Amino acid sequence: MTSPCISIKNMTMAYGDLIIQRDLNFTINRGEIFVIMGGSGCGKSTLLMHLIGLHRPLIGDVFYGEESLWGADYKTRQGLLRQTGVLFQSGALLSSMTLAENVALPLTEHTRLSAQRIRHLVSYKLALVGLAGFEDYYPAEISGGMQKRAGLARAMALDPEILFFDEPSAGLDPVSAKLLDDLIRSLRDHLGATIVIVTHELASIFAIGTYSVFLDMESKTMIASGPPKQLLTESRDPKVLRFLTRGASEDSSSSAIKQQGHENL
Amino acid sequence: MTLSNRPTNITVNCKAPLLEIAIVGDWLLDSQIPDLDLILSQFGDGTQFKQLVFSTELLGRWDSLLMTELIKLIAYSEEKGISVDIKTLPSGIQGLLSLVSAVPERAGVRRQSLKVSWLEIIGNSGLGLQSDVKSLIMFIGNLTLSVTAFFRGKAHFRWVDLWRNIQDCGPSALPIITLISLLVGLILAFVGSVQLALFGAQLYIADLVGLGMTREMGGLMTAVIMSGRTGAAYAAQLGTMQVNNEIDALETMGFDPMEFLVLPRVLALIFIMPLLCLYADLMGIIGGALVTVNFFEVSLVEYLQRTVNAIHLPDLTIGVFKCAVFGILIALSGCMRGMQCGRSASDVGDAATSAVVTGIVFIVVADSLMTILCNRLGI
Repeated sequence: MTSPCISIKNMTMAYGDLIIQRDLNFTINRGEIFVIMGGSGCGKSTLLMHLIGLHRPLIGDVFYGEESLWGADYKTRQGLLRQTGVLFQSGALLSSMTLAENVALPLTEHTRLSAQRIRHLVSYKLALVGLAGFEDYYPAEISGGMQKRAGLARAMALDPEILFFDEPSAGLDPVSAKLLDDLIRSLRDHLGATIVIVTHELASIFAIGTYSVFLDMESKTMIASGPPKQLLTESRDPKVLRFLTRGASEDSSSSAIKQQGHENL
Repeated sequence: MTLSNRPTNITVNCKAPLLEIAIVGDWLLDSQIPDLDLILSQFGDGTQFKQLVFSTELLGRWDSLLMTELIKLIAYSEEKGISVDIKTLPSGIQGLLSLVSAVPERAGVRRQSLKVSWLEIIGNSGLGLQSDVKSLIMFIGNLTLSVTAFFRGKAHFRWVDLWRNIQDCGPSALPIITLISLLVGLILAFVGSVQLALFGAQLYIADLVGLGMTREMGGLMTAVIMSGRTGAAYAAQLGTMQVNNEIDALETMGFDPMEFLVLPRVLALIFIMPLLCLYADLMGIIGGALVTVNFFEVSLVEYLQRTVNAIHLPDLTIGVFKCAVFGILIALSGCMRGMQCGRSASDVGDAATSAVVTGIVFIVVADSLMTILCNRLGI
């Protein structure tokens, strides 16, 4: 299960003249929980935008399997993106629709299933994220954590092979965040999906991440990659260590920190 | 892979008390699947079976479709008192099934779809009207309080907000006011000319356009434009602030949103509307002059002289006064709908729409009342 799923080749991202990140090269393998991490404002979410076809890279390209995402025309790109699902930071549910309508939307638009079958699928997806019975609620009537899970149900509506998460645990209490982490991991295990997460929540990174890249704001490129736990023990880069130890590596010797980091896990 | 064309099927093997169900082929969203009800009917009344086991050696690829069918099947079996041996399913499916049942549906959470009768709808809209009027009166009361506070020099708001609002609803609105008023003057002149030319009285087009613009059309058109432009903007701004909790934040910091947000907007419109009205009058008269001078052999000097003779100070002041009243009404409906806005994105759109509708209704009703009043008083 190590075939490449998404490869980023020589990519530079920019807003107008402002370069966000340059020379990014990495591969996301099938079945991985891939973490894109870095401090606030380093371009994590921008990178996600490039991966899901919302923002065109300045240089370089994204490949889904062998197929180029940005070299393709609009129609091919939409086809490639059909195999992905995205959970946005605040759920991004359409507020004028009920949860059931939100989840059913991609199904009614992109498949020819009967209304009854769609209803069963919607109930199943909502039950999967722990929202059984909430079909007829509007997003404004449920809590933030529930909105996020409903957003996940919508992202999974078409059984995507790749799921993208933008800051999944932001704004959730530690218990809900842990439950969401468990949910993400069990979805990966049972559905065999590939998962790409943008986050700076250390607990999540260590709990579920199988591979990660670290984006740095100052040098404007990725300065480390590897499984998160391995980065914590083996990385020599002070910025990466500072991030992974919540800044603790600054006030004492780094070896002691690694020890401590391990105990905390 | 030869998997792709495997037919999808379910076979039931009854070896009472064991019920064996074999799932065969690819179970994908777009595949044709056998009718589950037909399978379920083979259960009979289910009493002779004790246990349901699955055989999945021939199962190909599967997705959510299989899951929904399995969930139905399992629910049906459990209802009939047949125990289901989930262990006979592939581990991925087992995991998903346990996830689905991990958070059982809370009692009372599901909503019954409510059929509302038309009588109830009419009743509710009547009650809605009542609460609408109530909140309007409350809003006017609060606004009066903050205006009083302003005149006593005790209102808390930032002057820079007032200036910015004046900039937004004044100078920025000039291009559209210019265009519309010029065209309205032009139209008045053309419409009037048809009748007046019959008597050879083209010169009196100046009277018609001048009086029509100053007394009525200048103010009314300005008000309609500003209702669509500024009234909607106020509702959307305040509505978005409501959605983002910004108004709550201001309140916790000790600001009265009426004074801090609504007052500068209302003041800006009251101050700017009379000026816009004068400008619109002027543009209308220019529009009328364009037509009259170019098409009806009236010289510019004659036209202007006629205009000056026709318009008296009361005509002008009535128009300007009306427009100030319209300004209050626009600000009132815009700010009120914005402050009443709900907490979701679609509520902001509703607030903007209803601000414009309310604003225009208020304007037209107020205009009619004032016109009748002027007529009675002989102004």
